[in-house]
Amino acid sequence: MTDLKKIKDEFFSKLREKLDISEINQIKSDLFGKNGLISTQFKKIGTIAASERKKFASDLNIIKDELQDLISSKINEVESAEINKKLEKEKIDITLPERSFVRGKIHPVSQTIDEISSIFSEIGFSVEEGPDVENEYNNFTALNTPENHPARDLHDTFYLDEEKQKLLRTHTSPVQIRTMLKDQPPFKIIAPGRTYRSDSDQTHSPMFHQVEGLHIDKNINMGHLKGCLNYFIKEFFEVDKIKMRFRPSHFPFTEPSAEVDIGYEMKDGKIIIGEGNQWLEILGCGMVHPNVLKNVKVDPAKFQGYAFGIGIDRLAMLKYGINDLRAFFDCDYRWLNHFGFDPLDVPTNYRGLSR
Amino acid sequence: MKITFDWLKDHLKTNLKEKKLLEQLTNIGLEVESVESPSDDNGLFRVAEIIKTEKHPNADRLKVCNVNIGENEIKKVVCGAENAKEGLITIYAPPGAIIPKTKMKLVIAKIRGVTSYGMLCSESELNLSDKSDGITELPKGYKKNIGKSYFTKLKSNLIDLSITPNRPDCLGIRGIARDLAASGFGKLVELKEKKIRSKIKNTLKVKINKEKGHGCTAFGSCLITNVKNTESPQWLKDKLISVGQKPISAIVDITNYVMLDINRPLHAYDADKIEKSIIVRNSRSGEEFTALDNKIYRLENDMCVISDKKGVLGLGGIIGGTRSGTEFDTKNIFLESAFFEPKSIRNTAKKLSIDTDAKFRFERGIDPLSIENGLNKAASLIKEICGGEISKVDIQKIKTYKNKTLTFDLNLFEKITGFKISTKEILKILEDLGIKFKKEKKYLKLTIPSWRPDILQEIDIVEELVRISGYDKIKTIHPVKERTKPTLTLSQKLFHFLQRSIASKGYLEAITWSFTDSNYNNFFKGTKKEIKIVNPISSELGVLRNSIFSNLIMYMNKNLDRGFKDLSIFEVGPIFNGFNPGEQNIVVCGLSAGKKFRLNWIEKERNVDVFDVKRDVVQTLVEAGYSSDKFFIDNETPNYYHPGKSGRLFLNKKKDQVAAYFGEIHPNILKKIDMKTESLVGFEIFIDNLNLPKKTLNDQKTKFTFSDYQKSERDFAFIMNKDLNAQDLINVISSVDKSLIKNIKVFDVYEGDNIPENQKSVAISVTIQSSEKTLNDNDLEKINKLIIETVENKTGAKIRS
Repeated sequence: MTDLKKIKDEFFSKLREKLDISEINQIKSDLFGKNGLISTQFKKIGTIAASERKKFASDLNIIKDELQDLISSKINEVESAEINKKLEKEKIDITLPERSFVRGKIHPVSQTIDEISSIFSEIGFSVEEGPDVENEYNNFTALNTPENHPARDLHDTFYLDEEKQKLLRTHTSPVQIRTMLKDQPPFKIIAPGRTYRSDSDQTHSPMFHQVEGLHIDKNINMGHLKGCLNYFIKEFFEVDKIKMRFRPSHFPFTEPSAEVDIGYEMKDGKIIIGEGNQWLEILGCGMVHPNVLKNVKVDPAKFQGYAFGIGIDRLAMLKYGINDLRAFFDCDYRWLNHFGFDPLDVPTNYRGLSR
Repeated sequence: MKITFDWLKDHLKTNLKEKKLLEQLTNIGLEVESVESPSDDNGLFRVAEIIKTEKHPNADRLKVCNVNIGENEIKKVVCGAENAKEGLITIYAPPGAIIPKTKMKLVIAKIRGVTSYGMLCSESELNLSDKSDGITELPKGYKKNIGKSYFTKLKSNLIDLSITPNRPDCLGIRGIARDLAASGFGKLVELKEKKIRSKIKNTLKVKINKEKGHGCTAFGSCLITNVKNTESPQWLKDKLISVGQKPISAIVDITNYVMLDINRPLHAYDADKIEKSIIVRNSRSGEEFTALDNKIYRLENDMCVISDKKGVLGLGGIIGGTRSGTEFDTKNIFLESAFFEPKSIRNTAKKLSIDTDAKFRFERGIDPLSIENGLNKAASLIKEICGGEISKVDIQKIKTYKNKTLTFDLNLFEKITGFKISTKEILKILEDLGIKFKKEKKYLKLTIPSWRPDILQEIDIVEELVRISGYDKIKTIHPVKERTKPTLTLSQKLFHFLQRSIASKGYLEAITWSFTDSNYNNFFKGTKKEIKIVNPISSELGVLRNSIFSNLIMYMNKNLDRGFKDLSIFEVGPIFNGFNPGEQNIVVCGLSAGKKFRLNWIEKERNVDVFDVKRDVVQTLVEAGYSSDKFFIDNETPNYYHPGKSGRLFLNKKKDQVAAYFGEIHPNILKKIDMKTESLVGFEIFIDNLNLPKKTLNDQKTKFTFSDYQKSERDFAFIMNKDLNAQDLINVISSVDKSLIKNIKVFDVYEGDNIPENQKSVAISVTIQSSEKTLNDNDLEKINKLIIETVENKTGAKIRS
């Protein structure tokens, strides 16, 4: 009895001292080694009188457990102290710069096209395309703009041949012609793309972007046109209310034709869309002219509908506060980086157009 | 079209205010472009005479003019105009005046050391015309006005309207007034036509030749004899000045006034300068005449000219000639009022590049029935102001104008506009616009007035009705959120995917012109033919691009010049292969310049290289859903790539269409364009050559199977010929046992010491795993041996011991 008590007291006090790992191991083997103190006590069990044996064995086991627990907790303590001491030496300057990561960007025009497609997708439009090089017929004549029509003067056209039969399309409207020629009504499409006019100054660039819209079905009237554009403008500028004005205008390929203005005001040098008393022209539209429908073999007595054309670059400028149209195509690294969009920012219906 | 409210009131009775007018004009489709209020300073601009000019002591091109402004003191003004000369009567602006065009306030300023008191103004600076070469030249008659204000009594705001090409009638104040009246803005004033009652014969005979494509179908005229051409009376001058026109002489001013008032262009000839008679005919190639713009025009065949026995007097409906022009001493006037065909006018003006007010009006269509009215109005005014006797009016015609008629279905209005207006309202609008009607059940029989060449069919009537009744009445029908067709096609999806995929790899998206500099294009043209633009904006943008590289490299260079060294840009867009629609391809093209890492505390410096772009291309295609196991790469690339460090990628071994090129840009090109960068690599992915995934994303996911059995990695090093490429070695190894060999990785390539010349050592790690069992040493040994044997047999490589 007293032996066990003695061992326990002695080693408990030893283990409370400051020890290193080898000293602990020494204690461990002193106790539990082949001839260790505890091991020896276990060997003694057989020699103890039967009446006391049970109690002795039970006491011995308790002491053994207590000592083992103490040793392993002591080992843990020492080991973690040692690791921490080592890690302390590995300390670095965490304020040094991270490894570099180069971000790419999406051009604001591309982003805007995706936004536009996303909005029109929701109301059932699909995307069509047409070639940049067009023939004179699709670009003008089929669109009810015969040769010698003064409206052609408004389109300063780039030609590819002296006969003026091949040209760079001056608007996206020829996609209307191509779409209607290749399919049967109804049609409900938008066609974004590059357009060209030989015009170059601060507010004009020889290449720019337009999106064409076309909806032909039975009984599509000017009310649908108004509703569609009203919806688009609201969604695009991400505002609840929009001040919109339809006013009569003239395009050879639509009748009646309209230009659409939206209300805006300037606040601290920034344009605020949807408020104020200033008007800004943003698009042209109208009911597709019966002559155009006839040209593409659609019966105007059965089918009718609207078309519109919107300047994409202009929309991007308004939405994102870009002042200079020319800069869109100047490819200045700083500009692209500033006005570009993260490629992960894909405009979608469910997530919203912008962050 | 410039108008004033005051002038409108000659034709329109209204109590409404100008603010409402501006709104209403825009609401009915006569868009107000700008409104300019007359400057209070207008009184400051004075008629003045240059007394003397001297050369500026310090500047060759400048003159110092002594100017008489009607005060005792002669003003010294520095002037750069070539036409500034002694005796010229012009317009002087004193210090303090605000120049109408530039809105700049004049101050007394030293110009190259000489003090200038004020300025002599050009017509353009005063917004009188676009003429900006030289200062305003006033007729001699103004001599008595020296010192007086040039502008007088300008009360009205100048309203500038943008008139669409379909509305020639609104190029006259009366047409605008008619539209306004129809829309409820006042009442159109009835005009009493003053018919000329004369017994005097028009002695100048007119003949219109009926020829092929003749441009003139009716020619009205009268003679006014014994006139005294003078300055216009103040009311007429004021009227013209109020809309920004410069008064010249009574006769010219009157014809301009009638043109602006009722859109009836007229031309006044000095009758004494006409040889015998007038012949309206087609021109013959080589004929020449000097026009009123002082240019000599050489004519082609079949342009419509007004001529006499001696030759061409003028181009009908476009511009008159100097030979028969009126002057202040003109005694007898021959007044022309004709109808010219818009097509003919347009053709001629385009060929000769002339743009005049008359041309602008005739090509849009002048009221063919206004010939007589125009003559009456102008001749009466000339008589009133200049005196003289008017002859009988003579009208020669080779075609008689008949009013158009059409049948209008009353239901069409609602069908197109989506809203209803009463028949009563419809009839009222038609009547106000001058359209005559007869009601027949649901239809109207309409007679279209001669001044509306734009109304040709029923839909045009709908336009008139909705325009006048108001676009604000159109309902807003909200769109239905319903989709029956996918928004994007598979190829459009691919376009968008590749665009964002490349951007996610560190490239900035650029959009550059579809045209380019032929010098740059030639570097990247390859075997394609050059596509020239006939009328380019500048010679540097003279051809359609055969490759996107031409523009990208130019802009890359500009950015390098800005001081950016390490930069990646890309563009997705068309390249052109021919002149015909559709001969174009969509390409994703990228360029990467400089270093991947530059002087950096953590990474080693290195240039961007071909394996960077290869990764971008391969990874992008993999992300787009193509399997890199199937890719086939060789080094046959166009000549703008480095011949050794570039590659061509196919999606499969069939090699049918090139999916992409990538590599270093040929160093010669960098040299030629003087580009300074450590490295320039690029790629082109040909979207149109990528076969579209036939399956949906849903189908692409095959059944998920995997093996939990132990996998082993075995390393091999082979010594092989230098020209044997890694792709072939990998293909050979993978063919050994497709079910067991899961992955093959090249981890070292070595040439040099211990390796024979023209040979290289390639070290490869092969992952082997069965999906049926754990492979034991025996199995592994077997496959090892098989790999070595196959490689040695098929490629001639030797395992490195």
